[in-house]
Parts: sequence; structure tokens; C-alpha cells
Amino acid sequence: MSSTLAPVGGVNAGLTEDWIIRTQDLTKEFKGFFAVREVDLRVRRGTIHALIGPNGAGKTTCFNLITKFLQPSKGRILYNGRDITRDDPASVARAGLVRSFQISAVFPHMTVLENIRVALQRPLGTAFHFWRSDHSLKVLDGRARELAAAVGIEEFSETPAVELSYGRKRALEIATTLALDPEMLLLDEPMAGMGREDIDRIAGLIRQVAKGRTVLMVEHNLAVVADLSDTITVLARGQILAEGDYHKVSGDPQVIEAYMGTAHA
Amino acid sequence: MMWIAAIAALALAAPYAVYPIFLMKALCFGLFAVAFNLLLGYTGLLSFGHAAFFGFAAYVTGHAMKEWGVTPELGILAGVAVAAAMGLVFGLLAIRRLGIYFAMVTLALAQMVYFYCLQAPFTHGEDGIQAIPRGKLFGVLPLDDMYVLYYVVLAIFAIGVWIVWRAVHSPFGQVLHAIRENEPRAVSLGYKTERFKLAAFVLSASLAGLAGATKTLVFQLASLTDVNWHTSGEVVLMTLLGGMGTVLGPVAGAFVITTIENYLADIGAWVTIIQGIIFVLVVTLFRRGIIGEALAFVERRRRQ
Repeated sequence: MSSTLAPVGGVNAGLTEDWIIRTQDLTKEFKGFFAVREVDLRVRRGTIHALIGPNGAGKTTCFNLITKFLQPSKGRILYNGRDITRDDPASVARAGLVRSFQISAVFPHMTVLENIRVALQRPLGTAFHFWRSDHSLKVLDGRARELAAAVGIEEFSETPAVELSYGRKRALEIATTLALDPEMLLLDEPMAGMGREDIDRIAGLIRQVAKGRTVLMVEHNLAVVADLSDTITVLARGQILAEGDYHKVSGDPQVIEAYMGTAHA
Repeated sequence: MMWIAAIAALALAAPYAVYPIFLMKALCFGLFAVAFNLLLGYTGLLSFGHAAFFGFAAYVTGHAMKEWGVTPELGILAGVAVAAAMGLVFGLLAIRRLGIYFAMVTLALAQMVYFYCLQAPFTHGEDGIQAIPRGKLFGVLPLDDMYVLYYVVLAIFAIGVWIVWRAVHSPFGQVLHAIRENEPRAVSLGYKTERFKLAAFVLSASLAGLAGATKTLVFQLASLTDVNWHTSGEVVLMTLLGGMGTVLGPVAGAFVITTIENYLADIGAWVTIIQGIIFVLVVTLFRRGIIGEALAFVERRRRQ
């Protein structure tokens, strides 16, 4: 199992750069409203880093800026020391920075196997070959099944994604993301709307896939990320309020105030 | 496999039972609708300007064959090539827009093509290009023979439909499917989705051009009707009526609409009203269209 989940070429051992992601002065302004304001975020390579904050704190905006789904108004984003501020989202994904979405991102009317294959097929270089049979994609089925098994949904290989339970959809999403063998995963509220046992399952999954990779996850709830993440950054009103491990952050009076006492809920 | 053989046998025998010109007209519109459906049904893009490719290719083919005296296959190739080039230009301008804005941009561009055709000398304005010689295909097959012409048109139709079927069931088709279902996710998996949509648009425009060029051979005429926005609307109706999620649905839609137009032509303006009523019925009651509803029925029976 761990061999399937471990990165093939994910960690770039030659780089001395300790920060995989660095933002400088990152700002997003929507007509006078600052959703994200002068954020200097640093994500250390090989860690699980959580970005938390109350509703409207700018977490998802921050996330969309880093993955280039939004253009920043100001500031720079460095990935492995390279400036990616002006890159388009598909290029960022190809460079190894792969994101998930708040609402589960699967292709509903494709089977589990087909979902994973969409991610696997790009390196074949035949994505534009409209004259070729899709049977040529069958060479990927073995790897797709491995990935499905790795997240525990192998018995649903031929099931359309729309018929899966919510937790399994999220598992499928992780399998599809892993198919790209990303160097860094960005998970947007991976546990949102889940029951307790699903949360434990997904948390276990995140811990597994984080071996040898970097994970940046957005969460609403501090308790959920408490023993999962190495570093927690708390955002409020578009700015960084506090940063550190769980004990440091959860004891911060500003954080407690921002959460109106819900930090320990 | 059985039903494909049955359809093929029916298509081969049809001209001995039904007026061949009518059949060929239906086949041309069928191919046009299949090409259109590659965008609407399989890419999720509603183009409201497809008449431009269909009609302008007809002019190009007609002009090349009548004025330059080229053989039919070269005339058709010229029409398809011009339609593909137009598709590239339309696509580059429209593809960044979504939903209704995409449809509006394609409509606006198609109207520009229409007014150009109205003014340009080579189209002969209201008269159109008339009495286009059919010539001999590859210099051998005499297309003035009604039956030869029919089988040539049938072959072109079959090739066109096969290309769409192949594209839908190809690695490219898988990516299109993914884009249609969840575009942001496809982007996050590293696909530059605009390029895929553009490729689908050009392919669709080329095949619409193939349909228009073939229609020129059949009627020996290229006219303003074919570039009119009304034709763009008709192909939407054919596709929805037949079933937009299926490869052959639009063909069924094209046959129904062509039949109504040909055999109910006596009642004049009522044809438009009947089409309107059909459109309302399909949109409210039979969302999946003729073939789509039939397939859903079979699926329900199979599950029981």
C-alpha cells in the first residue's frame, strides 16, 4: 500500500530550498475589499501545513491564488524558489502543485476507473488523438486499480462516481490527485460535511499520502487539524493572525477571540 | 452490431423506395447535426453560428466547381478547409466566453459571415450560385446519376459520423467528457481545457463544412438560406429533438425535421408553428430526445 502512495519523483532532493511555497506580500482586492492582504506564507517542504480561520477569513482565496485559479492584485508566489505568479493553473498543476476543491471534485458520470485514468492519461501524450480508440487507455487500468485500492475503493472500480457515498467521492478525489504523483497537494476543506468515521479515514489517508510530500490544507475547524498538521497558520480578515504548532496557536488569545470561543469545539 | 447492420441495409435499399433527393438532403442535415452535437452534446458548448460553416463551405465548393472547374472531391476539400479555418477563427474569439456569451459571440460572427455573403460578388447575392455542375468524382464516378450520387453522399455521411463516433470514443473524447463534467477539476489535473474546446470546435466546424459542401453537390445550388441564422437554429432543434447525448440521435432529429419541411411544405407558415410546438414538447417532456428516450427505456427494461 505504501509503495503505491509514495511519490515516484516527488521529492527533489537536490534542492536546498527549505520552503516549497513562499508568498510575498500576496494581496487580492475585489473592488476595494481586501479578501487577502499582504500575506507572507511559508510552507516547509515535507510537512502538513494547515490554513485555518473563520468564515470569510480569505482561506479559499489564498488557496485559489497559490494554485493560480485567481490572479493576485499584488505580491509574488514562489514555488521551489521559482516565480509562478504569472503562470496559468494547468501549468502549475503540471509542475506538481495539485489541488482539490471544497465541493468534491469528481467527474460524476464517469466510472471510478475512468476518473483516475483522466489523470493518468496526460503523460501518454495522446490527449488530442481523436482518431485513436479509447481502448488504447487500457494500459493504464492496472495503475488506476492500484490507486483505487490504495484509498480503499477498489470494489467500486466500475461504479459511476455519482453513485458513491460522499466519503468515497473524496477518497476517489485523492486517488485521482495522487495519479499525478504531485510534489505538493493542496486540499480545500477535505473533511467538510463529513461524519466522524469518514473524518478519521480521510485523516489517515492524508497522513499516508503526506509521506515524502508536502500538504497544504484549508480547514474551518481547528480541532480537526490538531494532531494532523505540523504547522498551523490562522487567517482572519485576509491577514495572518498567528502561526505555529497546535499548542501555540490554540493558546493564542487573538485566535480564541477570532473564533469567538469556538476554537476548542 | 445487429442494429448497425439493419440501419446500413435500410440506408442502402432506401433510394429504391423513397425519393433520393429527399434522402440526400436528410443525410446532409443529419451529418450537420452530428457535427454540431460534437460541441453541444460532447463538449457542452452551444454554438449559435454553425450555419456559417455549413453555408460558407457550400459557397466555396460551388464556386470552385463552377468557376474553376475542379472535380467534386477537390471542391469538397476546399469547402472543408475553409470551414476549418473559419472554425479556428470563431473558436479563438469565442472559446474564452462561457454559456450564453459563447452562443452570442458565435451568433454575431455568423451574422457577419451572412452579411458578407449577401454583398460579396462571388456568391451572387440573392440568386446564389446556381446550376453547379456535379462532375465526376475522382474523374470517374458520374454524379449526375442519381443512384451513384446517393451512394457517394451516403459514404460521405458514414465517414463523417464515424469520425465523430471515433472522436467521442478516443483519448481526446475522454478529456472532453471530463471537461464537460467538471472543467475546474480538469484544469487542476493539468489540462489546458481551452485548447481541447478549440480542437473540438474546429473539428465540428470542419464536419459542418463537409455537410454543407455535400449539400451543394446534391442541389447544385449554394444560397443565402444555408448561411442564415435560421439554419443555425434548425440544427439546434434537430439535435435536441433527436437526443444530444447520443451519436446518432441528431440524425433522427434531422430526418424528422426534413420530413416535416418537405412533405408539409404545402401548409406554408404552419411548418414553423409545428416546429415550435415540437421544440416546446421536447424541452418540457422529452429532454433526452427521440433516441435518448428510447435508450433510457431499453436501459430501464434491462434493469428490471
